[in-house]
Amino acid sequence: MRKIQLHPCGNFRERYDQELTVFSTDFGRLWAGIGLVILFGFVPWLAGPYMMYIFNMIGIAAMAAIGLNILIGFTGQISLGHGAFFGVGAYAGAIFATALHLPMFVCVPAAGLVTAGVGMIFGIPSGRLKGLYLTIATLAGQFIIEYLLVHWESLTKGTMGITLPPARLLGLPVAGDTSFYYIIFIALAGMVWIAINLMRTRYGRAFIAIRDNDRAAEGMGIPIFGYKLLSFGISSFYAGFAGALWAFYMGSITAEPFNLGLSVEYIAMVIIGGLGSIPGSIFGAVFITLLNETLRFATELLMNTGIVSQSGLNVAPLREFVFGLSIVLFILLEPRGLAEVWRIIRSGFRLWPFSY
Amino acid sequence: MDFFVQLLVGGLSVGFLYGLSAMGFVMIFKSSSVLNFAHGELLAIGAYFFLALAAWAKLPIPLVFLLAIGGCFLFGLMIERIFLRPLIGEPLIFVIMLTVGLAAMFKGLILLIWGGNLYTYPDFLPKALAIRFGVVSVPPVYGAALLIGTLFLILFGLFFKFSSQGIYMRSVADNQRAALSLGVNVKRVFALSWAIAALVAGMSGIVLGIINGVNVHNLSAIGLKVFPVVILGGLDSIGGAIIGGIIIGLLETFTGGYLSTSLRDVVPYIVLVLILLIKPYGLFGLKEIERV
Repeated sequence: MRKIQLHPCGNFRERYDQELTVFSTDFGRLWAGIGLVILFGFVPWLAGPYMMYIFNMIGIAAMAAIGLNILIGFTGQISLGHGAFFGVGAYAGAIFATALHLPMFVCVPAAGLVTAGVGMIFGIPSGRLKGLYLTIATLAGQFIIEYLLVHWESLTKGTMGITLPPARLLGLPVAGDTSFYYIIFIALAGMVWIAINLMRTRYGRAFIAIRDNDRAAEGMGIPIFGYKLLSFGISSFYAGFAGALWAFYMGSITAEPFNLGLSVEYIAMVIIGGLGSIPGSIFGAVFITLLNETLRFATELLMNTGIVSQSGLNVAPLREFVFGLSIVLFILLEPRGLAEVWRIIRSGFRLWPFSY
Repeated sequence: MDFFVQLLVGGLSVGFLYGLSAMGFVMIFKSSSVLNFAHGELLAIGAYFFLALAAWAKLPIPLVFLLAIGGCFLFGLMIERIFLRPLIGEPLIFVIMLTVGLAAMFKGLILLIWGGNLYTYPDFLPKALAIRFGVVSVPPVYGAALLIGTLFLILFGLFFKFSSQGIYMRSVADNQRAALSLGVNVKRVFALSWAIAALVAGMSGIVLGIINGVNVHNLSAIGLKVFPVVILGGLDSIGGAIIGGIIIGLLETFTGGYLSTSLRDVVPYIVLVLILLIKPYGLFGLKEIERV
């Protein structure tokens, strides 16, 4: 039996793999367990349907944001096409479900794989380009995918959109927010587990090496192009998986939501949450989704009380403004994002009452 | 044949406008190697300043023009002072993301103030500027655009080549740390380059506003179309921006005319990807060879 590790009063690590543990203390493990119990045991019973909807949106957004963070935060390749990849996943899932009549638990991972392929195609420019140039290439990818989603009519039915059959899992109908809640959050837990462990493997370390100094990484024998492509593939897999779940959850899709704005939204999540932090992506997803809902709520309230009804105030511009403002403020004031804020709060508790 | 000439002239004039819009973008890149994703919004801000002063305050046009351009200059200074200066020396990703954030912020702000409607300016340009090519006539505003574009091209060429500020700008773009250690005032260079870029962007925004009417969605879409233009011309070449703009404009118009109108808007981006794969530094860009 191993000794239970509480808060050590110093750094007693002796081996390199002790640095790599997911939970540095058993307190962390305990809290993670409690969190999972609350997430799956209590939340579905306590939350109303609207809250469940918000939770589901957060779960889906968190999956896509983790994918983008693997690409931007860990590999250092800025992508402006994540929203389009999310759309590719949604369409792939919908097409598998309607044209091939595949069950949902096949469709969603398959959509993820298709998106990973598409992402790797748009990652090919990263073989020759870096930094600014790659960002521009992904911007072009966003527009090209958007165009294809609308105009490849034989496959995507153009502006009509696709209506999905009701989702079924293992023969049981999946309906309502609560059953989707379980599917989405079990998937999210799995995705988080994969992402955290991926970063502890040679692949994750290679990604981080490429981010920190690509020339040094190449010099140490890391085949940069292969790893960059892999990073694009994994990141797009996350986006596609999330997109397909979204498509099943929504029930019908059109090409409209998958625009540059969505890509910017994901980037906002990653930046606000904290670059290179998996929990940070979840914080970012929570922040942006709640921001969206709060703004919608606030505008509706203002409209109903008649303060701004005549000026035709729409929620979209206000949302855009607050998005931009929050990205800008986080970059200027807390570039390491909410993950850093969380770390400061946590260490404040740990050191209490002797914080310094 | 008439159709061809019409497309040719249309493409040339649209392309020239793209080039004009891209000039401010290149200015910023040339002096601080920042990719400005908020460029379309800078165009829009110039256009809306002009709109507010000309259509609603009803001031005389030359005064409006000066005021709007002065306003843009100050606005550029302000952006640099408030948002960009704290990021000097930070990683590139933060600077790029900051401009993405600024773009969303300005767009939201403009929509909140003016809404998404299409506005038009009062008609003021003299008819003498109209150009005729046989059957096709070009409205006076394109003549004005041509004048403004050529003027700025010459001015900036001279500025970067001979004035000390221009040389400072080039040195900062080339190597910020070396420029700092040689006593170049990097902060002032950044401030000045953003101010000049906002001025040029504002001016192009006004010209675009005269032609297409003022609408923030259209203008920010043009701000994104700047990317294929500058990549084709070379990110740090002002003359390249104009030529790249003309090529992209022609390409767009001919695709729209002969192939399909829906393909028109996506063709520049397809070209963009191809150029990035084949010749990433564009036609006139400075080659930084770095094989990794």
